Amino acid sequence: MFELFTPRRGARALLEAGPNRWDWILLPLVLAVLAAVAFGAMQMTRPFTVGEATPISLDPAYLPYYLLRTMLRMFTALACSLIFAFVFAAIASKYRAAEKVMIPLLDVLQSVPILGFQAIAIAPFIALFPGNLLGVECAAIFAIFTSQAWNMAFSLYQSMRTVPPELNEASRVFCQSGWQRFWRLELPFAMPGLLWNMMMSMSGGWFFLVAAEAISVAGQDIKLPGIGAYIALAIEAENGHAIAWAICAMLAGIVLYDQLFFRPLLAWADKFRFEESQGDTAQGSWLLDWGRRSRWIRGLTDRFWLTLSGALGWFSLRQDSARAAAPPHPFGKYATRAWNVLVPAASLLAVYHLVTFIHSDVGWAEAGHVVVLGLITLARVMLLIALASLVWVPIAVWIGLRPQYSQRVQAVAQFLAAFPVNLMFPVVVFMLVTMKLNPNIWLSPLMVFGTQWYILFNVVAGAATIPNELRLAADNLGLKGWLKWKRVYLPAVFPAYVTGAITASGGSWNASIVAEYVTWGKTTLIADGLGSYIKRMTDAGDFHRIALGIGVMCVFVMLLNRFFWRKLYLLAENRSL
Amino acid sequence: MSENVLMELHAVAKSFRSADGAPRLILDDVNFSLAKGEIVALLGKSGSGKSTLLRIMAGLIPADAGKASYRGKDIRGPASGVAMVFQSFALFPWLTVQQNVELGLEAQGMAPLEREKRADAMLEMMGLAGFGGALPRELSGGMRQRVGIARALVTNPDVLLMDEAFSALDVLTGETLRNDILELWDSNRIPTRGILIVSHNIEEAVMMADRIIILSSGPGRIRHEVTIALPRPRTSDSAEVRALIDEVYGLMTMRPAHEARPGAAIATHTDFRLPETDVSRIEGLLDLLADAPFNGSADLPKLAEEAGLSDEELLPTCEALALLGLAHMDKGDISLSQLGLRYADAEQTLRQEIFGQQLLTHVPLAARIRQQLEQEPTGTSPEEPFIELLEEFLKADEAKRVLEVAIEWGRYGEVYEYDFHTGRLKLPDQQEE
Repeated sequence: MFELFTPRRGARALLEAGPNRWDWILLPLVLAVLAAVAFGAMQMTRPFTVGEATPISLDPAYLPYYLLRTMLRMFTALACSLIFAFVFAAIASKYRAAEKVMIPLLDVLQSVPILGFQAIAIAPFIALFPGNLLGVECAAIFAIFTSQAWNMAFSLYQSMRTVPPELNEASRVFCQSGWQRFWRLELPFAMPGLLWNMMMSMSGGWFFLVAAEAISVAGQDIKLPGIGAYIALAIEAENGHAIAWAICAMLAGIVLYDQLFFRPLLAWADKFRFEESQGDTAQGSWLLDWGRRSRWIRGLTDRFWLTLSGALGWFSLRQDSARAAAPPHPFGKYATRAWNVLVPAASLLAVYHLVTFIHSDVGWAEAGHVVVLGLITLARVMLLIALASLVWVPIAVWIGLRPQYSQRVQAVAQFLAAFPVNLMFPVVVFMLVTMKLNPNIWLSPLMVFGTQWYILFNVVAGAATIPNELRLAADNLGLKGWLKWKRVYLPAVFPAYVTGAITASGGSWNASIVAEYVTWGKTTLIADGLGSYIKRMTDAGDFHRIALGIGVMCVFVMLLNRFFWRKLYLLAENRSL
Repeated sequence: MSENVLMELHAVAKSFRSADGAPRLILDDVNFSLAKGEIVALLGKSGSGKSTLLRIMAGLIPADAGKASYRGKDIRGPASGVAMVFQSFALFPWLTVQQNVELGLEAQGMAPLEREKRADAMLEMMGLAGFGGALPRELSGGMRQRVGIARALVTNPDVLLMDEAFSALDVLTGETLRNDILELWDSNRIPTRGILIVSHNIEEAVMMADRIIILSSGPGRIRHEVTIALPRPRTSDSAEVRALIDEVYGLMTMRPAHEARPGAAIATHTDFRLPETDVSRIEGLLDLLADAPFNGSADLPKLAEEAGLSDEELLPTCEALALLGLAHMDKGDISLSQLGLRYADAEQTLRQEIFGQQLLTHVPLAARIRQQLEQEPTGTSPEEPFIELLEEFLKADEAKRVLEVAIEWGRYGEVYEYDFHTGRLKLPDQQEE
């Protein structure tokens, strides 16, 4: 009965249509990006031996090249993070047994500071590519990866667990295979959250760029050509001008990838918003508009999607025979039980080893000392989050209620969150030294320097979504001044605030490593705390004490999350609008 | 005979594991078959397990006991000859209408050109030609459900399962869509051999089905079966249809007292189940009943029409009135009791007082809560023990809902109060304190 219909839209021949003017505009852009990537990639694989100094110049003329290298690294790391997130989320959401181990593991990994990964990973990576720069390059990419991957994986996993049940049922009724379901249902549903987290991850990558590119672990001193190494060198040389140039380069980099990568992606991904009604104004992107108007690009993307939808058929379920679901195997039950015993047993074993390790290798006095340092850093984090909240919540609410500003402020805040705290070192050292201030107090603000913006932009977003009717009702009832804040604004933004504060708190712990140990040329200012302890031990290459410091930090972060932030979060969730 | 049977359920039972690990029976001993050329409607109150039954037949969830088979083969997962239409449409919002319709074909591994052709034909048949490139969010509810139906029909299913497919639509749209499907079915333009409809709209069931199955609740069993021999298309105003609707209303509202089999008496706790409705709807219906033209008693279909309530809303509300002793129900009619008439004339404070009294005397759960609170020296108690009590025979989410209803009624009758933030129930504050 369907024979009557002939296909109306066949595969469009790619070059059938001549180029239009949008093609000519886009062509140089595409070629330039391709050439830059190829050039940068070639530079990555130069011969190199450990101990050899890589020349970094503070001449601003080299900055575009450094920027290119840094961008390549960050995007490679981002791609790795994405793949990691896919694999992680797919496994964790499909297998209960794996989930029980993987989710807590992710929690731990998230709280391990970047230096911890670097200390472990640098040697194996160099050994992997002997006599080639690629090994060090991989180590740097790995370090950036560790500051990007975890939140992406977690976001994807969470989305996959919360796919609306009726869509899940529809997918099953129509006999989609796991492969098809991932691409057609789970990934699209997770897309908005995943993209948002990718942008956050890029910011996180910038924040620790100096540590990732200027590797100074265990007596090594390797600087890879890039913005991070440039900043590190500028700090060593006490060159303020170079710092200023680095800031400009970074700004240019952020604008570039925002315009060329994230904006188009966000605009394109707008269709994945799950609310089926037309909601917020869609993000626009000039690049995407150009691409959609260009015939060549359109031809290419059409072909691309056609190929992809062909790939969807790869693992289709072959009718009913393939899916004759086996009755629950008795062995499966035992395996689950065995697993449930095995996991606690393994963790008990780990605890035992930890105790013997502390007892024999570092001593209890040292462990106690580190815990005290942890408490100092904890006090700092909490105090500063509180202070930052006092300052930013009112401002953020004010901005959020004025939509004409809120979008612009969001963009600026995102840039500020990416701003590596190292760039503040010259100003801070100058102020502390000339005014003879106590570093224990005055270095602390650096910890929330990069993370307070999470509070700002979450609260701005929260305030922007306060229903207009609620505000009108408050006006109508004559609520004014403090009463209006207490009864309307503060409760309304509370959930958004908690989300922001959780991110800020986690980031601040990580930032303590940079913020409690500040150098500018030969001047070094140290604040007592867990961060400076880890940093000093990393410089010294004392692996036992690095492990101790990082372990204690993990425990602190996880306890804080579990017993404080999580409680607040649940409270906020119950009261949300 | 088995040649003629599409789907067959034999002694099917299903239970869910509740929070404390003990199984709660949802469906018990369900025997049912769907024959070729038949439209069957499943009716039942919420919580009667009719959606669960549908999902067992769709292969989405396995039955615990008994045998479910499709064309003689055991159902062990979604079969490719069985398609489903969802209450909430379940369209993939990021796919265009065309892509949504192609979904099932894509899953079968059909070549892109072929599936485009099939989808185009189906869109045309469902009156969606020209909408292929639209995203679901651009469409109205009725159009979305058309897409949902097209998506199910394009795979040429043998059996079509419809899970309250029209209940999210307004009455007029639902009716049009229903008629469109019946037309396709009666003119044999779709290869589908059997349709199973889960519904709570009695008129819809009577208008569409060849056979209506009514499930009892807690656990769901087949209670009645009504065969409808009227030819389609049926007119909703005809005497036969009105009589059938009346009959089904009567069957649906029959007191479940004789439901319990003699042998099962040991297992019965006090029935703590409460109809899912709220105070303002109860009072609204009571006022409507008391006034002209009903003057105290009404035929349920007429009352539904007058009140503008769907059957899913009306029936629990009537049940609540009966439970509270404010009305009597008999064979599809409802009439206010003496007390109900007094209630209708009463002032607000008196109403709440009567409500409270009736609550304590007729609703075991409310009485239990009040009694418990009075025994506590502080006059307060956490909600958990009551949830646990309910979970002994209800699913976790149902138990929560029942407690919510009990809390609302209790608050209105000033029998007890509830603090949301602490999750504690307490006695109302005494005036003199």
